[in-house]
Amino acid sequence: MDPLILARIQFAANISFHILFPTVTIALGWVLVYFKLRYSRSRDLKWMDAYQFWVKVFALSFALGVVSGITMSFQFGTNWPGYMERVGNIAGPLLAYEVLTAFFLEAVFLGIMLFGFRRVPGAVHTAATLLVTFGTTLSAFWILALNSWMQTPAGFEMRDGVAHATDWAAIIFNPSFPYRLAHMLLASGLTVAFLVAGISAYRWLRGDREPAVMAALRTGVAMAAILIPVQIYAGDLHGLNTLEHQPQKVAAMEGNWQTGPARPLLLFAWPDEAARTNRFEIGIPSGASLILTHRADGMVPGLDDYVGNHPPVAPVFFAFRIMVGIGLLMLAVSWAAAFLLWRRGDLPRPMVRLLVAMTFSGWAATLAGWYVTEIGRQPWLVSGVLQTHEAVSATPAGMVGATLALYLTVYALLLTAYMATLFLLARKGAKPKEIDTGPTTHPNAFVAAE
Amino acid sequence: MFEDPAQWLPLVFAGLMGLSILIYVVLDGYDLGVGILFPGTSEAEKDRMVASIGPFWDANETWLVLSVGLLLVAFPVAHGAILGQLYLPVAIMLVGLILRGVAFEFRAKAEPGWKETWDRAFFAGSLMTALSQGFMLGLYVMGLEHGPATIAFALLTAICVAAGYAFVGAGWLIIKTDGELQLRAVRLARLALLLTAVGFLAISAATPFVSPRIFDKWFSMPATLYLAPLPLAAGTLFATVWLVLGRLPAADDRFRWVPFAGAAGIFVLAFAGLAYSFFPFIVPDRLTIVDAAAAPESLRIILYGTLFVLPVILAYSAFSYWVFRGKATRLEY
Repeated sequence: MDPLILARIQFAANISFHILFPTVTIALGWVLVYFKLRYSRSRDLKWMDAYQFWVKVFALSFALGVVSGITMSFQFGTNWPGYMERVGNIAGPLLAYEVLTAFFLEAVFLGIMLFGFRRVPGAVHTAATLLVTFGTTLSAFWILALNSWMQTPAGFEMRDGVAHATDWAAIIFNPSFPYRLAHMLLASGLTVAFLVAGISAYRWLRGDREPAVMAALRTGVAMAAILIPVQIYAGDLHGLNTLEHQPQKVAAMEGNWQTGPARPLLLFAWPDEAARTNRFEIGIPSGASLILTHRADGMVPGLDDYVGNHPPVAPVFFAFRIMVGIGLLMLAVSWAAAFLLWRRGDLPRPMVRLLVAMTFSGWAATLAGWYVTEIGRQPWLVSGVLQTHEAVSATPAGMVGATLALYLTVYALLLTAYMATLFLLARKGAKPKEIDTGPTTHPNAFVAAE
Repeated sequence: MFEDPAQWLPLVFAGLMGLSILIYVVLDGYDLGVGILFPGTSEAEKDRMVASIGPFWDANETWLVLSVGLLLVAFPVAHGAILGQLYLPVAIMLVGLILRGVAFEFRAKAEPGWKETWDRAFFAGSLMTALSQGFMLGLYVMGLEHGPATIAFALLTAICVAAGYAFVGAGWLIIKTDGELQLRAVRLARLALLLTAVGFLAISAATPFVSPRIFDKWFSMPATLYLAPLPLAAGTLFATVWLVLGRLPAADDRFRWVPFAGAAGIFVLAFAGLAYSFFPFIVPDRLTIVDAAAAPESLRIILYGTLFVLPVILAYSAFSYWVFRGKATRLEY
């Protein structure tokens, strides 16, 4: 097999596996901060129970994020040496600032957050939780600044074939960065909303309907119902920004071959790259024009204007439909569940089952979205600056293939273990073991000491 | 040369990267070492061993990310040249790091029947990581050449680095535990110290013969005189730790810090020796620090951040060690 394709699959496998866990920890950290603050205001133990349960999920997700992130830092060099050679002057400082400002903050205070509550005062423990969460969000800031720069580079000049920084503010706040950062943070929020709702719904189904479970269920559903319309709006803005800066990506997302007015919104099609046309089209007339230009006769760019310089159409086209489809499903389910909770105070069984089924729906949508934007950038690694094939290492295909098989095996095992452990934790519930609770016998005795 | 940032900035970054690697080797060395010492202990002892490193391991590994990050951002060309040659050991190390990192969590949360499996994964992952790092060190010393002799040498250094980590790990356990487990750590520390000494000698003996340039740096007057304190200090450290280990555990737990401090000292000396041998090259005998460096304006912006953030990192890391001072107790959250 082609070493370039293998290197891309390997990197895609690693980064796809990695992104699952930061997507959970970024927003789950804020949910934990919320639980702690609700507890300190109300002194209602259900919020502490909810914190104690979800901090375990946070710790597990964090560990998986750390180890898969270390893998990434090495693969920049082992898989894409040409990347750092050409744009290292830009990418380097952004990555360095991520490590310096975010990684150490998260890693050090995580120890205090997880294991320190009997050793530090309550306020210090809350501060540690806040710092870890701030660190995860800061890390997203830096890495999305870099990713956005690769999509829409700015603030640099090329000297002797190497990119040199001229304006750091322009590099960080490049044209697509605000949209991509907002879209990703909201994706994290939705992933966690459905994770929290789904796992709590699973506990509900097993008859575990303690106040802490119901509080988490309500938090998850409310969070989803609030965030999904915001996400749809942010996604629309992001799409319009992409239309301005990367029209060929939008053309692939829409499956639109010819530039023209009044283009349809395709609900389904089979893009045929060889014939440069679609088969089995089902579309809404003028739909794409309406969405992209907000006018029924608006001009929409077509792939035929970018022959040899546009991404493979089918994966971008389908991934985009999966992302949007899940988003619409999230809207329907979260609003229905929020309405039922508001009117009845509880959920009917079929709705609870639906929430369990959607536990990991945020992951699917997030991955699909990343495939749209990353495959949609091809054939460029850095738009207009570096093509992917120029950056690949000369490592023999056999070596890449063998290590790819190794990584895939490990990732499949870990993902299975992760999901199984989440449901196992849900079955065991949040109750700590009966040990070492000090003078009082309440399992949350340490809380009273705070 | 101080007028030209393209000359001194790379040296500053080489120094920072060296410092980061050194901190990594000592800190992650002890928690990898604790993993290597897993076999033959009871479940309660394993829980305590993990408890002694639980709050720290993640931050310890971040020094590796910083080291490879500095290599990546300050010396992008060298990053590709070095890691490209070390493709397979890097992959094995990464899988090892993944296995042991997640085992911390899974062993505490999985179904009871699975705990032993995750304990084995923790041991295997720690050992894989240590061996592959040692293997990479050996290949680097051999100028990143792949031949039967260089690979045999790298296999030897792999074992010795794993022993070095086991040694510093045992030193950590002597500080953080007591009773049976501490006794066991003392016994294993002596064995690990011997193997570490073998590795130290092997690398010291082999390095000068890899390239005539390195030979001349060590064996020409007056350099040999100036350098004499280095091996003497190392020998003294080895002997002192060996003698102290024979008397541990002492009354009132005195001198419990000596093996760990000794291990850190030995790592510093080994590192200093290697740094002297290879300077000014970053890819042995092929690419110098200055030639491999990124553009000065990019290095400068990282340097400002580093000088500001590094003291803060050291301060809150110290705070964390202070919070978790004393003997390791049960971890619960």
